[in-house]
Amino acid sequence: MNLSEKEVRYVADLANLRLADEEVSRMRQDLGQILTHIEQLNELDTQSVEPMAQVLYSADETATLREDVPHTSLTNAEALANAAISGASYFKVPRVIER
Amino acid sequence: MSLENGIPALTISSVRQGLLDKKFSARELAEAALQFAEVENPKTNAYLTFSRERALKAAAHVDEEIAKNGFVGALAGVPLGVKDVIVTRNLRTTCGSRILENYIPPYDATAVFRLEAEGAMVIGKLNCDEFAMGSSNENSAYGPVRNPKALDRVSGGSSGGSAAAVAQGTAVVTIGSDTGGSIRQPASFCGVVGITPTYGRVSRYGLVAFASSLDHIGPFARTVEDAATVLHAMAGRDELDATSAFAPIDDYRALMKHSVKGLKIGLPAEYFEGLNAETGSVIDAAVKQLQNLGCEVRQISLPHTKYALSCYYIIATAEASSNLARYDGVRYTIRAAGDTLAEMYRNTRGSGFGAEVKRRIMLGTYVLSAGYYDAYYKKAQQVRTLIARDFTNAFADVDAILAPVSPFPAFKIGEKVDDPLAMYLSDVYTLTGDLAGVPCMSVPCGESRDGLPIGLQIFTKHFDEATMLRIAYNYERATTR
Repeated sequence: MNLSEKEVRYVADLANLRLADEEVSRMRQDLGQILTHIEQLNELDTQSVEPMAQVLYSADETATLREDVPHTSLTNAEALANAAISGASYFKVPRVIER
Repeated sequence: MSLENGIPALTISSVRQGLLDKKFSARELAEAALQFAEVENPKTNAYLTFSRERALKAAAHVDEEIAKNGFVGALAGVPLGVKDVIVTRNLRTTCGSRILENYIPPYDATAVFRLEAEGAMVIGKLNCDEFAMGSSNENSAYGPVRNPKALDRVSGGSSGGSAAAVAQGTAVVTIGSDTGGSIRQPASFCGVVGITPTYGRVSRYGLVAFASSLDHIGPFARTVEDAATVLHAMAGRDELDATSAFAPIDDYRALMKHSVKGLKIGLPAEYFEGLNAETGSVIDAAVKQLQNLGCEVRQISLPHTKYALSCYYIIATAEASSNLARYDGVRYTIRAAGDTLAEMYRNTRGSGFGAEVKRRIMLGTYVLSAGYYDAYYKKAQQVRTLIARDFTNAFADVDAILAPVSPFPAFKIGEKVDDPLAMYLSDVYTLTGDLAGVPCMSVPCGESRDGLPIGLQIFTKHFDEATMLRIAYNYERATTR
């Protein structure tokens, strides 16, 4: 099973990924191969099986809550230190809203 | 012990003894370890960054404490390497990716913080597959890690640098991460000890997220005892990671020295099918050795093993597609041009991520996309329940499970890069441990005819690292001259 070019481009858009044409054709084949393998899961009847999202251990319901104690967090300068572009204490991005 | 040529022979306890006996200072050791690592590193490409300043600062603190008979931590003066998906304050953390080439984290991972609090000296950051996605370290944007035991072969992955540095002797201990086998598989390929603890045993705070429900931090070392010491220092509840566990931490080093006589060990039939013959006979010999030490061995079944790969590649990629959405050209240093916000996102991610990361983001996005959720993601979560249940059922009858780590020893660099599914199949024996969240490890148990290391995998119940380490320690003692 290969994915269609249209399907690959649609998923790439959802994932915010620019793919070159040769990447699209490679992806059609690679994803198709993996998805074909994954179809084996249909051999299993899982109708009455609970899904497992996380490894869970028994603990008190509120065990993970902590005291609400204020503490210092990153400064504005520290938080912006890795920004691609920053200015006026903000992350800057291409214009989104037209005035 | 002279430091110049003795670095690869050091252990945590020999470092401690040397410091307390004033054979060398922590500063001298830091200098010697850094010099050795910098000279040796080009052979394997294990380190991406050296952190001289940080190591010397830690050394100065250790030397001060020793001079005033103060606090000598469990890892005092121990040269430590950290996988580059674990953040270090003011020290570049690339995740093996171009997209984070210049990223300088503003905070430390809890694991690193705890090891440094015990006196460890971080000497550098270690190469890995991009965002820990890979089984050979060939997906690093900074080049593959070569296996110190055979330089034309892969180190394994994704924590290839962490395994190679310990095997090569350029660190005494290292830490890495495991989502589908990324600690155990490179440990087995490089012939060192690697531990994937129980899910939640070590805080994930500061581990750059790949698949949050599967990600683990764990240690690499040349001896079981050193690995146990590092695990003990990192383990325990951390309020910065809500999934970190409250369970008490056992005294691993004391408990592992107990005899293994009478322990019940299961051999799962599913892990011995399709196994390379040489690996099979080395594992058989290791099992016999443990039988000679008094373990009772029986055949068991983990019937859903063959579904682990499909289950894993749905869950791990789904979580990854969400976790990696944050690398969008806004907060993490690198941005590609684009006329609109959406164009900028797409161009940055398209040029910043490597092929395997894109493949997994695409697969994860596909399986979560409208109309497919029940067929893929929900189905995989249900199968995960069955895989976890296999372990629960098995541990009703046995104390531990033994298996190979990988179906074959280290393969040649380039051998599997063009076939993603064949590469994924090299993790077929390690994925189950992460899916079930049980502790598991690789301990060296022999070599192929070509001298390639082979690892024995040990699984135990949730939070029973002590029994796992006991088996590994007794095996190591019985087989090391």
